[in-house]
Amino acid sequence: MNDFETVIGLEVHLQLKTATKIFCGCANLFGQTPNSQTCPVCLGLPGTLPVLNRKVLLYALKVAMALNCQVNSFIKFDRKNYYYPDLPKGFQISQYDLPIAREGFVLVKGKEAVRKVGITRAHLEEDAGKLIHDPAANCSLVDYNRTGTPLIEIVSEPDMRGPQEAYDYLTALKLTLQYLDVSDCDMEKGSLRCDANVSIRPKGEIKFGTKVEIKNMNSFRAVKSALEFEESRQQKLLLAGNKIVQETQLWNEDKQATFSMRSKEEAHDYRYFPEPDLVPFVVDESFLKDVADTLPEAPLKKWERLVNDYGLSDYDAQIIISDKKLADFFEESSRLFIELPSTHQNSKSLPEDIDAREERFGVGKEKLNKETKKIANWIIGPLQQELNSRKVGVESVALKPKDFIILIGKVEDGTLNNLRGKEVLALMLDTNTGPEEIIAKKGLAQVSDTATLENIINDIIRENESTVTQIKQGKDSAIGFLVGQAMKKTQGKANPKLVGEMIKRRLLNV
Amino acid sequence: MISKDDVRYVAHLSRIHLQDQEVERLSKDLENILHYVEKLQKVDINNIKQTTHVLPLKNVFREDVVRTSLKQGEVKGLTQNWQSDSFKVPQVIE
Amino acid sequence: MTLNTLTAHELFDLIKAKQTNTKSIQAALLDQIQKTDHKVKAYVRVFENGETASAPETGIPIAIKDNICIKNTETTCASRILKGFKPPYDATVIKKLRNAGTSFIGHVNMDEFAFGSSTENSYYGPTRNPWNLDCVPGGSSGGSAAAVASHEAIWALGSDTGGSIRQPAAFCGVVGLKPTYGRVSRYGLIAFASSLDQIGPITKDVTDCALLLNIIAGHDEYDSTSAEMAVPDYTRALLKDVKNFKIGIPKEYFIEGLDPEIKSAITAAIENLKKQGATFKEMSLPHTEYAVATYYIVATAEASSNLARFDGVQYGLREQPFPARRTPLIDMYEETRDKGFGAEVKRRIMLGTYALSAGYYDAYYLRGQKVRTLIKNDFDKIFEECQAILTPTAPTTAFKIGEKSSDPLSMYLSDIYTISANLAGIPAISIPCGFAKNGLPIGLQIMTKPFDEETLLRIAYTYEQNTDWHKRKVSL
Repeated sequence: MNDFETVIGLEVHLQLKTATKIFCGCANLFGQTPNSQTCPVCLGLPGTLPVLNRKVLLYALKVAMALNCQVNSFIKFDRKNYYYPDLPKGFQISQYDLPIAREGFVLVKGKEAVRKVGITRAHLEEDAGKLIHDPAANCSLVDYNRTGTPLIEIVSEPDMRGPQEAYDYLTALKLTLQYLDVSDCDMEKGSLRCDANVSIRPKGEIKFGTKVEIKNMNSFRAVKSALEFEESRQQKLLLAGNKIVQETQLWNEDKQATFSMRSKEEAHDYRYFPEPDLVPFVVDESFLKDVADTLPEAPLKKWERLVNDYGLSDYDAQIIISDKKLADFFEESSRLFIELPSTHQNSKSLPEDIDAREERFGVGKEKLNKETKKIANWIIGPLQQELNSRKVGVESVALKPKDFIILIGKVEDGTLNNLRGKEVLALMLDTNTGPEEIIAKKGLAQVSDTATLENIINDIIRENESTVTQIKQGKDSAIGFLVGQAMKKTQGKANPKLVGEMIKRRLLNV
Repeated sequence: MISKDDVRYVAHLSRIHLQDQEVERLSKDLENILHYVEKLQKVDINNIKQTTHVLPLKNVFREDVVRTSLKQGEVKGLTQNWQSDSFKVPQVIE
Repeated sequence: MTLNTLTAHELFDLIKAKQTNTKSIQAALLDQIQKTDHKVKAYVRVFENGETASAPETGIPIAIKDNICIKNTETTCASRILKGFKPPYDATVIKKLRNAGTSFIGHVNMDEFAFGSSTENSYYGPTRNPWNLDCVPGGSSGGSAAAVASHEAIWALGSDTGGSIRQPAAFCGVVGLKPTYGRVSRYGLIAFASSLDQIGPITKDVTDCALLLNIIAGHDEYDSTSAEMAVPDYTRALLKDVKNFKIGIPKEYFIEGLDPEIKSAITAAIENLKKQGATFKEMSLPHTEYAVATYYIVATAEASSNLARFDGVQYGLREQPFPARRTPLIDMYEETRDKGFGAEVKRRIMLGTYALSAGYYDAYYLRGQKVRTLIKNDFDKIFEECQAILTPTAPTTAFKIGEKSSDPLSMYLSDIYTISANLAGIPAISIPCGFAKNGLPIGLQIMTKPFDEETLLRIAYTYEQNTDWHKRKVSL
C-alpha cells in the first residue's frame, strides 16, 4: 500500500455573508421559507439584469489577499451555460479566464511542520437554487432562495499528499477566512462546501494518475473519510491491474463509502463567453492598498507572535488563535496583566516594546511566560467553559479584560481560591459586574487568617482521629481528606493551600 | 460543413427536440448561413481587441442594502406546477 | 379630424387647452382598433381599460411592443412559450411612462423574440402594412409601426437590435429612433442580444419622437449597461437649421441591390438638405460588407444564451412528450422548447449555440466581436470629420407577405443598412422621405455619434419640416 502516492486537490465554495445577494437586493439569509427571498432578478425572469454588489467585490479582494494571491486588476464576468432546474437563467454568471485571484498559497500547520499549499485561483460566481428530490411523488422541488448568493470558489493546487493534509488544509483555510469575517464558513449550513479531486500514482512517478472527483461531503471529517476510502479504492483497483475511470463519485455518509454517479452525460460544453450585462471592474493600486490595510493579522502570524512575544506554548497558542476574538482578548488581558504591579489596576496604555516594559517593571522573559501562562490557562479552562455552556463567543459577553485580570490577581494573591475564582467568573458574566464588587457583596473572600484557620484545624483533627493516625503513619494523601473537611466546615472559604500546609506542620512537623 | 449529426448534437446542446424533417431543413439553412459568414475569416483581425461592451463603462455597483423581495404568493403566481412552497419539476435523476 | 389621427404634441396642446382629455383619446383609439385592426392585426392584446398610469392621466396613451414587461400583464414576445406569463414587475421604461401620466393601450405584435424583419414570425400571425395589406410592415417592431401608421396608436415603443425599429418605421412611413446603446434602460426588455438591444420611440413625426425620448431616456440603477449621462431636453433640438452640418454618405451603401426608386428618393433628400445649408461628402465605411455576418454570429450567440431560460420550469408553456424519449427532465426541456419556439427562433438559437460551442468559439464568436471593433472604428473615423451619416434605411420597400420567408438569408440581408449602428452602439433614426410608385413608403436613415441624438433630431426635423411626407395619412 505504501508504493503509491496520493495526490489531492480541493475546491472550496464559500458563501460570502454580505447583507444582500450578489446581483440583486434580496436579503442574503439562510433557512427562510422556500421561495420567499427572491425577486425578478435572482429568479432570472425575462427582462431582468444583474448589478454587482460592491461589498461582494470588497470581500473577494480581502480573500484574494489573505490567500496571498495575485489580484487581477481587471475583473470581468462570464456566462457558464448549462440546463438545470436550480439555474433559472440557464446560465450561471461566473468568471472563466480572468478570475479575480491567481497563484496564491495557504500556510498549513501540520503535526510536524508548516507547509505551503498552493492556491491555483479564486473567483466570484452566483449560487444556484436548492433542489430536493421527492421520489415518492416522482418529482423534484426547487427553492430559489439561494440563487444569487455570492460565492467565491477557491481552487487549490493538487499539493496535498494525503487525507490528513487535506483536513489540515481545510482547517487552515477556514481559520484564515473566519479571521476576515467575510463568511460563516459553516459546512452544516452550507456556507462552506468542498469537492475533492484525488488521484494516485506510483511513488516517484511525476505524471499524475487519473483523477476522480468526489462530492457530497458535509464536514471536514467526511472529507477525510471520503479521501481515505477513495485512496484505498483506487489502490485496490490498480493493484488488481484495473484502470481508474475518470468520473464523479458521491460520498455516502451513512454507508461511509463513495459511489459512482450514474453515468452523467458527455462532458459539459459550457460555451463560456463574456457576460454582456455586466461591465468590467478595474481596481487601482490605491484601492488595493486600502483593502490590504484592513486585513487582519493572519492566524499563523498571530500564532508565531503569541509564542515568541508572549511565551505561550505551541499548544496553548493553537487553541487561543482558533478564535480571533479570543486571541484578541488574550492579548489585551496579557498586556494589562504584565503592566500591573501586584495590587493596582488601571494602567495607562502599555508600552509596546517588551524591553521597555522589562526596564520599567523588571519583568523578564521568564516571568512574562509564567504570567501569560496563567492567563492562557484561565482562558482555555474556566472562561472557555463558561462560554461553551452559554454557547457564545467571548465577544458576546460583557467581560472586560481589565476585570478578568483583576480576578486572576485575586486568585493569585490568595483572596480567592481557585474554586471560588471560577464561581466569581460565572457571576461576573451573569451579572455584568466587576470581581471586587462581587467578592465584597457575597463575602467570598477566602479565609487566610491563620488564627481562624487554627481553630478550624483543631476541630478537624479532633473529629478525625483515624485519619490523623494515618497521616502520622505516612499516608500523605490523607491530608487532602482533612483539607476537604476544613473546606466543608468553612463553606469552601478556607484557603486550601494554607490549610494543607498548616496541617502538615501540626502533624508532621514539616 | 454541418452534418445532420452536428445538427442533432447542437439541438441537444440547445435542449430543443427536432423532428426529422426539421433536422433536414435546419442543416440546409445552417449550411447556407455558415457559408455566408465564412467571409469573416478573410478579415485581418491581427492585434484587434474584441468589443464586449460598446460603452466604455466601468465599475458599476449597487450598495449592499436590502430591498424588498417578492412575496411567496407572487412567485407562486408564475406557475401551475407548485408543491410544498416550491416549483415542481419532473424528477431529476442524478 | 378624429383625435387618434393627431400627433402626440398636437394632443398635448389640446389637453393643455382643456379641449380634450386622456379618456377621449383612449376611446378614439379603441374605436379605431375596433374598426381596422382585424385587417392590420397590429395588436396582440388590447387593454380595454387602458393599463393605468400612476400620476394623474395627463399623458397620451401608448402602444407597447410585446417584449416589454408590464406588471401583471401577459407579455409573451409573440411566442407560444411565454403563453400566460405575467411579469410581477414593470420594465423601467414602463415605470417612467406611468410617472409621466401615460396609460397603455395594448401590447403590439412583433417577430417572435424580435427575431425577424417582417413580423411574419409571430405566434399570433403576421401584421400587415397599412399602406398595402398584402405587404409586411417590417420587423421586428412591425406591430408598433403599423399601429402608429394606421392611427391605431398615437405613438409606440419598439425595440431595435439590428434595425427592428428603423426598418418597420421606413416600411410604414413613420419615424423610428434607435437611441445610443445605454441611453435607455433595458431592464424589463426581454433580451434578444444584450450588447445590441435598445428600446426606442416609433412616432408620427420627429417632434413626438423627441417628446417620447425625453420620457424614456436616462440612467437606471437596475441596468449596469445604462449610461450615467444626463438627459437633455430633446425638444430643444427641434430646430430647422442644418447650416454648415457636414454629413457623410458612405459609398458602400449605394451599391447593387438598392432599389433605384429608393436611391432617387435619397438623392432628392440630399438635395433638399443641401438647400438648407448642409454639405455632403462621400465617405467610406470599409467593413460594411461584414456587418450582416458579424451580426448574425454575435447576436445569435447572445440570443441563444438569453433564451435558455425558457425551459418550462417556472412560467409559460410546459410540455412533456409521450412516449418518453430520454429522462423526464430533459424530455420536458426539449419538448417545451420544440413546441414553444417557432422555426426562426430555433434556427437562431441553433446558430448561436454553434458559434459558442467548443472548438468554434474562436472562429465565430470571438472573431465576430473583433470584426465588430473594426466596424465601430470605421464610424469613429467618419465622425471625426462629419456630424452625421445619411443612408437609406432599407434596400427595398415593404415586400409581400411570404416573399422572403422561405429564404432566411435573403431576409437577413434586408437589414444591411441598419445593422451597423447596433454593432457600433450609435444612435440612428429613420424618417419618411418619399413613396415608391407602388405607393409604399421609403425611409431615410441618419446616424450620429454616441449620445448625439440632438444632432440626429435636428437634421431629421429640418428635413421633415421642409417636406410633407409625415402629413400623408393612410386610408384603410
